[in-house]
Amino acid sequence: MTDEKKFVTGLDSDSRRTPLRLAFVTRRTSPQVKVTDDPVVMTYPEGILRAVVAVQSLAIALVVISLIWDAPLEELADPMHTPNPAKAPWYFLGLQELLHYFPPVVAGVIIPGLVVAALIVIPYFNINIEAEGIWLKNRQRRLRIFGAVVVIFSAVMLLFQVYAVLMPTLTIAAFMLAAARSAPDSPVRFRRWLVSKPVAYWVMTWFLVQASVLTIIGTFFRGPGWSWIWPWRS
Amino acid sequence: MAKTLEGYISELQGTRVWRSVFRGGAGANNLRRSLAVQQNVFLHLASVKISRRSLSFRATWFLGTLSLGTFLILAITGILLMLYYHPSVPQAYADMKDLQFVVSAGVFLRNLHRWSAHAMVFLVFAHMFKVFYRGAYRSPREFNWVIGVVLLILTLLLSYTGYLLPWDQLAFWAITVGANLMSSVPVLGQKFRFLMLGGNTVNANALLRFYVLHCVILPLTAAVFLAIHFWRIRKDGGLYTGQGDSK
Repeated sequence: MTDEKKFVTGLDSDSRRTPLRLAFVTRRTSPQVKVTDDPVVMTYPEGILRAVVAVQSLAIALVVISLIWDAPLEELADPMHTPNPAKAPWYFLGLQELLHYFPPVVAGVIIPGLVVAALIVIPYFNINIEAEGIWLKNRQRRLRIFGAVVVIFSAVMLLFQVYAVLMPTLTIAAFMLAAARSAPDSPVRFRRWLVSKPVAYWVMTWFLVQASVLTIIGTFFRGPGWSWIWPWRS
Repeated sequence: MAKTLEGYISELQGTRVWRSVFRGGAGANNLRRSLAVQQNVFLHLASVKISRRSLSFRATWFLGTLSLGTFLILAITGILLMLYYHPSVPQAYADMKDLQFVVSAGVFLRNLHRWSAHAMVFLVFAHMFKVFYRGAYRSPREFNWVIGVVLLILTLLLSYTGYLLPWDQLAFWAITVGANLMSSVPVLGQKFRFLMLGGNTVNANALLRFYVLHCVILPLTAAVFLAIHFWRIRKDGGLYTGQGDSK
């Protein structure tokens, strides 16, 4: 046994003068490729062809839509004449609907900021990485936390009279309670499905339903002065 | 004996000029197919082989591919629209009328751009939710999810800046509503708003700024992030196939 090193390390960029190279493969720096026995096919033509067919179908659909429906064009912009209501593009109407209930700093800054921050941290949020059902462990404790969150949140929404948020929240909460009252080996398929859902699933679904409801209300159910209207009774 | 079409194609692929462009050359073996991907600056962002499972419709609903599709349609129609558009007041609106009554297929061009833009916003959101519900964002794909969030924001900004360009009542007041929202940001809100609009109200300066953002800065930024997004799919071990998932 000898402690003598079999190599020397140094810094030299001239590969002709020092042709020896040593590669250090350190952990977590190589491409993350897991070896699986999943069947693979050639990207060209199998993948490329499918992508081309998908994009072609979409293009045809959009061309047909464009031939049938014209893009809206109103009068020339007039800063002196405000339309009532003045609406943002549809994907911001959820926020505009919130603006109706909350001060601008909440609806325009804090809520969208929180949403973006939440979206970014989702994959780094390591809790429940195995994605097991929320009620499968510590059921009593989790039920208490869940109850407290729902009651406090609903109370705040009631205080601001935000029924457009309150109703979807209570609906999702009802489904979560149904999940809590379901057994993993329930004979009903829907119950087995409910109980298998992790907390991340519930939060995201709540967000999806909430955003959709607010956007639909802002788009179709709001008239002059942001008053409630029924779109079929114009 | 007459040559078949295939014969002509493979002869073309054997020529010196063809080989100078596509080094892969002729022949339908897997080496050639690998080279077709690997030797192409755009396709090499993808891996040469792909798991069969990730190609099924059920896996992705092709939402990412379709989002890219709308981006490409928007780039093409957008460049064509730029040929007929002046970002000035009130000429911008007159150009809309010209598209409607003077330019051949002008209405169609604008329709396609507008509906594709709405489709892109919708598809990008749908793509995000699909990725989430499949759990495809989990390690080692965390960072690609973050790139995706950046692309979502870029998509919204692209759509928002494009919304002003027709310079009609709809455009003007939608942007005014959005810009007023921005001024509610504490401390810096007013400054941001002034920077974005080039003034205190939505005016000709705002139109020019939105035009530059919409046609140059944001598409280029989006293209760079798209490249990273696709390249990371390969680097993170290909499309998520759901292995290790009990469901």
